This record gives sequence, C-alpha cells and structure tokens, in this order.
Amino acid sequence: MSRRTPLHGLMVEFREPGELVAAAKRCHAAGFRKMDAYTPFPIEELAEALGFHTRGRLPKLVLLGGVLGAVGGFLLQYWTSAVDYPLNIGGRPLNSWPAFIPITFETTILGAALTAVFGMLALNGLPMPYHPVFNVPEFALASRDRFFLCIEARDPLFKFIETRRFLEGLSPSKIYEVAT
Amino acid sequence: MAEPLRPDETAPMRRGPTPVLAGDHTYGTVTDRISAIVLRRRTPRGWIFGFAISFALFNLLMISLAHLLFSGVGVWGVNIPVGWGFDIINFVWWIGIGHAGTLISAILLLLRQPWRTSINRFAEAMTLFAVACAGVYPLAHMGRPYLAHWLTPYPNVMSLWPNFRSPLVWDVFAVSTYATVSALFWYVGLIPDLATLRDRARNRFFKFLYGFAALGWRGSTAHWHRYEVATLLLAGLATPLVISVHTVVSFDFTVGIIPGWHATIFPPYFVAGAIYAGFAMVLLLAIPLRVVYGLEQFITMRHLHNMAKVLLATGMIVCYGYLMEAFFAWYSGNLFEMFMIGNRTMGPYAWAYWCLLLCNFITPSLLWFKRFRNSVPALFVISLVVSAGMWLERFVIIVTSLHRDFLPSSWGMYYPTVWDWATFAGTIGLFLTMLFLFIRFLPMISISEMRTMLPHGAEEGRR
Repeated sequence: MSRRTPLHGLMVEFREPGELVAAAKRCHAAGFRKMDAYTPFPIEELAEALGFHTRGRLPKLVLLGGVLGAVGGFLLQYWTSAVDYPLNIGGRPLNSWPAFIPITFETTILGAALTAVFGMLALNGLPMPYHPVFNVPEFALASRDRFFLCIEARDPLFKFIETRRFLEGLSPSKIYEVAT
Repeated sequence: MAEPLRPDETAPMRRGPTPVLAGDHTYGTVTDRISAIVLRRRTPRGWIFGFAISFALFNLLMISLAHLLFSGVGVWGVNIPVGWGFDIINFVWWIGIGHAGTLISAILLLLRQPWRTSINRFAEAMTLFAVACAGVYPLAHMGRPYLAHWLTPYPNVMSLWPNFRSPLVWDVFAVSTYATVSALFWYVGLIPDLATLRDRARNRFFKFLYGFAALGWRGSTAHWHRYEVATLLLAGLATPLVISVHTVVSFDFTVGIIPGWHATIFPPYFVAGAIYAGFAMVLLLAIPLRVVYGLEQFITMRHLHNMAKVLLATGMIVCYGYLMEAFFAWYSGNLFEMFMIGNRTMGPYAWAYWCLLLCNFITPSLLWFKRFRNSVPALFVISLVVSAGMWLERFVIIVTSLHRDFLPSSWGMYYPTVWDWATFAGTIGLFLTMLFLFIRFLPMISISEMRTMLPHGAEEGRR
C-alpha cells in the first residue's frame, strides 16, 4: 500500500480473550503478518498465535549488560586499587580480588537490570506518545476489559473490502477503521 | 509478572474457603474497583487525618536534620565507645523492612505463588520508601553530607579513590543498586496500570500526567511478550540482589573484630531478620488498608494467613540465629566473646535483650496456632510487636557489642538524645508521607495482574 493511504488498518473488538486468540489464529492462517493484538493483560497463547515463538533478543542483551557490569565493576576496583593508587599495607596483595567480589556482584546486577528495563522499552519502541490505534475512541477499553486485533494496511494481503469481509466473518463485537 | 493463563493454574485458586480473589469479579469490575480509589472516590477522611500526622512527623525530620547540620553530629548521643547509635540501628531496620517487598515481587514470582499478586504493588512501594528512609541515616551520620559524593569513584584533583576493600563502600554500592533496581522494577510493573489510569481519568491534567508516565503503552501483544520476558529477568536479578544487600549490611559488622559482630552466622541471620521485619510491616500496612478501602475481596484472609506463615518461618530462623550467637560465644572459649554474651544477657542492657526475646521469639510463637493466624487483630498486634523486636535486635547487636569491648578502661554507656528520637520519628513520617501519597495517586494493587487472576471467560455467563 502506498504511504498516502490515510488508513492505518482495520481493527476488530472482542469481549473475550478466547475469541481474540481464535481470531488471531485464523488471521495468521490466512496469511496476514502485519497485525497486532491489544489486550488489558498478557496472554501467552496470543503471542504464539501471532507468531512470537522465541523470547527474542532481550535475554541476550541482558546477559551482555550483566557481563559488561561485571567486567567494568571489577576493572574499576582493580585499576584504582592496584594500578592508579597502589597502597602497600603490610605486603598484602594489591589485587585483593576476594574483597572486590561484593561490588562486582552489585555492578553485574545493575548492568543487567538496567539493560532489562531500558532494553525492553527500546525494543518496544517506547516511549511513543502517539500511535494510530489511539484514534479509535473505544480503544481506551483496551486497558480495561476489551480485546482488539488490528490488521495493518501495510500488510501485502490487505485489501480494504476483502479484508473487512474476512474480519466480519470472525464475528467480532465491533469493527473499526483506524486512521493514521 | 502475570502467570500464564492456563485453566489448570487458575483452578486451585477458586477452590477452598479462602480464595485469593473473592467475590464475583470481571475484568471490568477489577479495573473499576481499584482505579476508582485513585480516580473516582472522594479522599477518605482517614487519609487526610493520617497524611496530616505523617506530614507533621516529616517536618520533624526536616527540623532534626537542619539542627544536625547546623550544630554537628554532637547533637546525637553517639560517642566513643558507642560510635554507631540510632543512625545505624535505624538504617539497618529500615533497609530490612524493604526486603519483604522484593521478596514478594521477585522471589514469590519465581516460585509462582499467585497470592502475591494483590499485595506486591504496595509491598514494592514500601521497599522504595523504606530504602529512602534508610538512606537518610548514613548521609546524616557523615556530618558533612555535602561530601557524600566522596563515596563514589570519580576522578578528582586529589587523585584519591574509595577503599574498595571496605564493607562500608560495598554498602554504598549494594544499597544504591538495590534502590535503583527496586525503583525500576516497581515502575515497569506500573506502566500498564498507568495506561489504564490514562484511559480512565476524566481530569485533563491527570490524564496528561498518567499518559506521560505510561510512555504510550497500548497493550500490544508484541510489547506484552517482551514485557513478560523483562519482568521474569528482573525477578531473577532482584532475587540474588535482595539477599546480597542484607548480606553486605551484615558485613559492615562481621568484617570488624568486635566481639558480638565477628560471626559467620550474620549474613543468613540478617537476611532472615530483614524478611521477618518486612513481612511484619506489610501486615501492618495491609490490615488497615484493606479495611479503609474495602479491599477485603482482593486482600483476603488467605493473604494474611500466608504472610503469617512467612512471619513465623523467618522468625524461627532469626531465633536460631540468637541461639547460635550464644552457643558460639560459649563454644569458642574466647574470653571476650563469652564476656560479650554475659554482658548482653545480664549487663546494663539486659532489659533490651530480654525484651527482644519476648518480642521476636515468644510473641510470634503464637503464630504456631491457627487461631492467631486467622485473627486479624492478633496479626496486627503481633506485627507491631515484631517490628519493635527487630528494632531492639539491631539496638542489642550494635550497642551491647560496642559499649564494652576489649579494654575495661574504654567502657561506656550510650544514651540517645531527644534529637535521636526526633530523627527516628521523622523518618517514620517520611515513610508514611510517601506511602499516603502513593495510595492516593497510584493504584496500590496491580490492576493488570489482578485481571490475570480471573479465569479465562469469566464474563461468559453474564452476557
């Protein structure tokens, strides 16, 4: 679809999570890929129905954050205590690594936790104050007790009339046109 | 955060006489009921009254700190030989209280305990506020808080670095990491609920504020998917963190060679004591909150009963710690260790030690009986006694160990001043002020998690 189309997509509303999961499975089976569902709480089956089978990149990023925190924390202590300002106290070793473990542990957790939170937000594209789905006034109920599925106009299979008919066949409680 | 919604997992919650979620709720009613406390209902008179007292105490803290900064640490009762007094007692007490919040939000999540859902939000908030209160003390005890940044490693004109071999520097890293991670964990949990408040607020100003804080959350499945992964990872990270924090706090003592401090039992004994004190505080807060805001359907007897069990279990671990302290002092054959335990039990501070055993051993032993675990007033009183007992425990550990050490010529007594008491009362005011603001402006129960407690299709029958 061309970018000039003022339509973001077609959205259907359901009252039950089970109906939404069934609908998402049918849309996926029909070949739609550029779609997303909106729910007031996480539904694992829905993620599977929409094709999110893996945990994604986040766990690897968090591991990386943890490793960076550990290495950074230890090197900070090693360099300051053994290289930059060595203090010989009774001939004890300068690289007294067991004493550096508690802080290394804390920086590991800090690095990993910061990556988990900010990585999650970044991969989700948040903060994003505006999104076309907010143009539907009833969408406010997506944070209460309604379940939405939106097929986006940029999906290669999206054809307004046929897609609308297909969605009506899913017997949603309502169907909306989402403006961009 | 949310447990997967399989029918086999939600079924056990509905069985039995005391469910985790009582009443006939739907996604809509759960949402409306909790968000109404923030958005629709009038501020209860009790809130205004409680907030006024808390805010007055908070101002007492400001006055005490101003006096301290103006006159110096001499306004407190600390001196040699007791160089650590109320400041460190209260620091350890507050930071311990915080631990229950992380236990509920992280460890019980990993253990898949669904009953944690309705208490986890305000327990996490309690963690944050308790850590903030704890933070006041070491900063104030420095005497020159404007030099607090000297504790952090940064390049400076003196070419000096903190001593990374010191437990006090470990403490800085442990507590600041704990505060940061707790705040992030709490905020991540709040994001979907902030979106709910954004969508339900009628006041434009609050709609904007909640919308700003919700970061544009729209409940997308792709987002929820990553959100769940992040929450699970954070829980996995917060679990060892919370154990490490009180371990490091106990290192502040154990790494020293003072009799009564230099013991290997300290780290596990401190961690158990922290959870013990924290659960007592969660009960102290949950019991009035559920009555005042009519949340008995969300915070049921099942929650109180389970918390009583955790209280009992951790209390018994703590008592094992007391027993081992005495045993090791005797078994070591060390003159100073043996003197320390004799002085602790029969010396000038013996009253504190025996009160401590009364508060932390005798009173919670009532929880062995179901009658007490199921009685709300009894739980409230026991929690109050345990909170006092845990404060006394830190008093005993710090003061009785320091006031008579190796040299009789350096013995002395510790007398807290009115400013010590004022600062302590003041941090209670700070804690309660933040808590009152929190329950007024943010949902004290996680709405999005409570929705997952409902079995799928709960609304099927009502259409």
